[in-house]
Amino acid sequence: MPCATARAVAIPRDRLAPLELVDSPMTRSSSPRTAARLAPRWQRFYRDPSVIFALIVIACLLIAVVAAPWLAPKDPNASFAEGLSDAGAPVAPSAAFALGTDLLGRDLLSRVIWGAQVSLFIGLVANGAAVLIGVLVGLLAGFYGGWLGALLMRFTDLMTAFPVLLLAIALTAILKPSLWIVALVIALLNWVGLARVVNSQVLALKTREYVTAAHSLGASSGRVLLRHVLPGLVPTMIVWGTLGISTSVMLEATLSFLGVGVQPPTASWGGIINESQTYFTLAPWLVVFPGLAILLTALAFNLLGEGLREALDPSSRSSRVGL
Amino acid sequence: MKRVALGLLALAGIAALTVAPRAQTAEKGMVIAYKDDIATLDPQVGYDWQNWPAIKMVFDALLDYKPGTTDLEPRIAAAMPTVGDGGRSYTFKLRSDIKFSNGRTLTAADVKYTLERVLDPKAKSPGAGFFADIAGSSAWSAGKAKELTGVKVINSSTVKVTLSQPNAAFLNVLATNFAFIVPKEEVVKAGADWGRKPVGSGPFTLQSWTSGQELVFVKNPNYFLKNVPKLDQVTIKVGQDPSVAYLGLQRGDVDLLGDGIPPANFLQVQSDAKLKAQIVSTPLVNTTYVSINTQVKPFTDVRVRQALNFAINKSKILKIINGRGLVATQILPPKMPGYDSSYQGYGYDVEQAKKLLSAAGLSKGFTTTLYTNSTDPNPRIAQSIQQDLAVVGIKIELKSQASSTVIDAAGTPKTAPLVWSGGMAWTQDYPDPSDFYWPILSCRSAVQGGWNWSFACDKNLDALASKADQMTAPAQRPARLELYKKLYKTLMDQAVWVPLFNEVRYTMHSARLIGAPTDLIDPIHNIAFERLSIK
Amino acid sequence: MRFLLGRVVQGALVLLAVSFLTFGLGVLLPADPARMVAGPSASVATVNSIRRELGLDKPFFEQYTLYLTKLLRGDLGRSYKQSASIAELLISRLPATLLLMLGGVLCELMLGLPAGVIAALRPGSLWDRATMGLAFLGISLPQFVLGLGLLYVFAFIYPILPLGGYGTAAHLILPALTLGIGGAGWYARVVRSEMLEVLGQDYVRTAAAKGVSRGGLIVRHALKNALLPMIAMVGSDIGVFMGGAVVVESVFGWPGIGKLTWDAIRVVDIPVILGVVQLSAVMIVLGNLLADLAYPLADPRVRYD
Repeated sequence: MPCATARAVAIPRDRLAPLELVDSPMTRSSSPRTAARLAPRWQRFYRDPSVIFALIVIACLLIAVVAAPWLAPKDPNASFAEGLSDAGAPVAPSAAFALGTDLLGRDLLSRVIWGAQVSLFIGLVANGAAVLIGVLVGLLAGFYGGWLGALLMRFTDLMTAFPVLLLAIALTAILKPSLWIVALVIALLNWVGLARVVNSQVLALKTREYVTAAHSLGASSGRVLLRHVLPGLVPTMIVWGTLGISTSVMLEATLSFLGVGVQPPTASWGGIINESQTYFTLAPWLVVFPGLAILLTALAFNLLGEGLREALDPSSRSSRVGL
Repeated sequence: MKRVALGLLALAGIAALTVAPRAQTAEKGMVIAYKDDIATLDPQVGYDWQNWPAIKMVFDALLDYKPGTTDLEPRIAAAMPTVGDGGRSYTFKLRSDIKFSNGRTLTAADVKYTLERVLDPKAKSPGAGFFADIAGSSAWSAGKAKELTGVKVINSSTVKVTLSQPNAAFLNVLATNFAFIVPKEEVVKAGADWGRKPVGSGPFTLQSWTSGQELVFVKNPNYFLKNVPKLDQVTIKVGQDPSVAYLGLQRGDVDLLGDGIPPANFLQVQSDAKLKAQIVSTPLVNTTYVSINTQVKPFTDVRVRQALNFAINKSKILKIINGRGLVATQILPPKMPGYDSSYQGYGYDVEQAKKLLSAAGLSKGFTTTLYTNSTDPNPRIAQSIQQDLAVVGIKIELKSQASSTVIDAAGTPKTAPLVWSGGMAWTQDYPDPSDFYWPILSCRSAVQGGWNWSFACDKNLDALASKADQMTAPAQRPARLELYKKLYKTLMDQAVWVPLFNEVRYTMHSARLIGAPTDLIDPIHNIAFERLSIK
Repeated sequence: MRFLLGRVVQGALVLLAVSFLTFGLGVLLPADPARMVAGPSASVATVNSIRRELGLDKPFFEQYTLYLTKLLRGDLGRSYKQSASIAELLISRLPATLLLMLGGVLCELMLGLPAGVIAALRPGSLWDRATMGLAFLGISLPQFVLGLGLLYVFAFIYPILPLGGYGTAAHLILPALTLGIGGAGWYARVVRSEMLEVLGQDYVRTAAAKGVSRGGLIVRHALKNALLPMIAMVGSDIGVFMGGAVVVESVFGWPGIGKLTWDAIRVVDIPVILGVVQLSAVMIVLGNLLADLAYPLADPRVRYD
């Protein structure tokens, strides 16, 4: 039963790897000329309520990031005398503080708005770097093969034996925790799944006629790679890139919650919850609002990624996201 | 599918079996809950507010305090020692009816072994400095002597301790945890595990220690004092968040809050008449402070240090801790002999701070680092300090870490510029002003691993303190306290600390747990487990 | 058989590589291990003697061989901060974590499987959309937010469950739910897509045309097919759970390896952190190996030849 065996092997070993068959139909339909055929799918994409929801949330997030200085009613790091009750307790949501205050009498709304910057930074920079590494490793290993390919893919296999979250916690704890360290750790850990998909796709693309033809016509390796192989990977990169934002945002929030992420006084959603964790019975708003912000962001990028996957490549399986 | 369903059932079965039934506490047992695990029960090593009273359960010293007072009384010693050589030697006669829990009788040789152990660098005792006045201690610590010559075993029940110079506070030192008597054979046998397998002569013995969960102590049936202890069992539960412990107390699972009332619940408790009856509070003999490392630029300049003193708003910090403290004006706390009630300190004055900074050429401000313990409310207090200093242009980078990490950094020269001492504040080891000088502000403590986090070393002050400590006669006491007042005034002028407040500790006990406020919050032992009882 | 042997060898290689990486990580640290062991008040002489004792003065590869031989004997070194050996600490904490993981897997299966089946029965229906929406929510919810939320609702507002701690089955419910809900969302989606795929295949359509009832189809073909990937997923859950355990155990005060890790992180007790990483790698390799072994049992079509 070679088919069943192949399938057993193709089943992923970690949560970030995709559940998809090696010979995905996607790799067959991805030459640039098929763009016109995608139009109805894109129509469906734009009408999908979950995609619309996701786009609205992401638009709000972008506005919060770009317009934070004008949008935030107060300085996120300033404590206000009226932000603490006479007994020193944080103030519940009110007219003066729309989402209430934190344990230092700071305006929670302003902190949540500014906190979006950390999340988006991680989502774009750290995740962007992870996508780059993943594509590079998968591409090089798949395209050149040989000992380099074997080495790269064995290393990728090895990385899957590490629990991502645990390793991220251990690394950030041992190194000096900061925004850049968190970004670095996420970039170094979050590329593994993508590398494996890209690798299998490149292996499939390599045997396509137009690629072998280009080769035989004397095109250089680099040219073949750029002109013929890379474009075929774009849909995967877009889908993984989008879903990866969700994973990275959640990872950063978790690290900050554990105190090994972004350090105070910089506002980050996970950090706000970390600071007020023991007060959640008294001041639930300190957990609810930043928690909601994380949830909505992660959800939006998950939904968008899923919508993009259906639009770009409906026959592929969804990939596991989350922690 | 059938197979899977069966598998699920099996899993559920295992789950049901593995979850042990709730441990029943003994009838006369109490439960105290803490957030952190206990690191060690080695009396020569343990030195925090959590393991301090736990170690006291298992071990005893030659002397102890009369309950609720600062007066010493004999414990393992049969009587108070005879003093000789102009206050340089103490001869102790031991009780003959004291046995370690392994059955062996405690003798004078154990006292000698204990004092040698505390001074042996291999034992890594943070309290070694207290014993430096024992004759021959430096030779012994350096490994140049076969024995600690200042401690002589006269016979199996008599031991004589000789000092190199008189020390008015030495008997207080012998009543600290560091001088708790340990049996050599057990220390050797346990090796590296000694801190987890303590054997002593105290009122309780350690029955079990489940890492991350609980430590169970049971009554020592052969204890030599009558009616001590009153409890059959003490369970220290660890890994319990303070707010969880607080709710556990209301449900009857917990009898005493080891970490105190969580700030979040403090207000609620205060306003609840029924719960209020279960609260006890005692001012601690301690001072919380920000230490300023005088080796680190720009804190080498006294004006910058003074500016910090003016720039920090202490009343705002008291608000963060729900007013559980008193603003501190000086290094010594009000209950400590030598406290100067006429001294007013610096006060909150932003303009003055700015003036001093520009005089020091720092009108543009600078960036520095403040270390803080990561347990609430300390990071919040640190952030409040951060904001206050931002007003005068000082940008603070916060390092919020576990206390042991902060202590490591703070005790390393030229490492931690500012340290907020919350959670590690200096609380008396014994009621004598020398305890706030030698361990934390003297030259001898301004070393790697010492507690002089300011690394301020003034030889003149050392001489002054030495002079004061040689005044051992009771009639010299007022003059001695005057010398200490002068000493602490000088330190305030040099601004090596920003004293913030003197803590008032509040805790809460279950209705069934009975104990005097000074037993539930003992100013010396933190908690006097041996005097607590259950209704 | 050869396939399995290959997996065992691969697993052993992975463990060797992990041991090398964790060891390298420990060596690269800025802190001096001998100083950490000795404590800050120790003299230079003491630190040096500890350095010799630990073999830290030897060349890198000699140190690594020493580390490896100790590792094979189960000796992971001693904690810097607690007076205990790491093996002892890990063993004493392991049962609690295994129990939590078991609870997590049960939650995943008991929530994820039915949800996926329900969704697949009527694709596109309200049920389908609702369960898949919930699945997405579960996937997008960080564990610490969920854990704190569950505590607030079920232990504080309606105090029907304990606020954390360990001991009874009631203590397990919320932590297990928190650990398992993300995976349950994921399981639901996989079950759904696997089932839909089978239901769309020719032989199933033929069977349907021949009058085999839909219920029969689902049980005989679709569900069976959908359960296969579950095996690998449960196997790989162990790895995911090791990280999740740190979060869940710190939120709920669960005295397992995750809490041990979290406490070690707060005091920078590096040998403990590295020991946990090493142990997790062993558990992940074992989990995947067990999944490989379980395949032929669950599906006779799969043979390793």
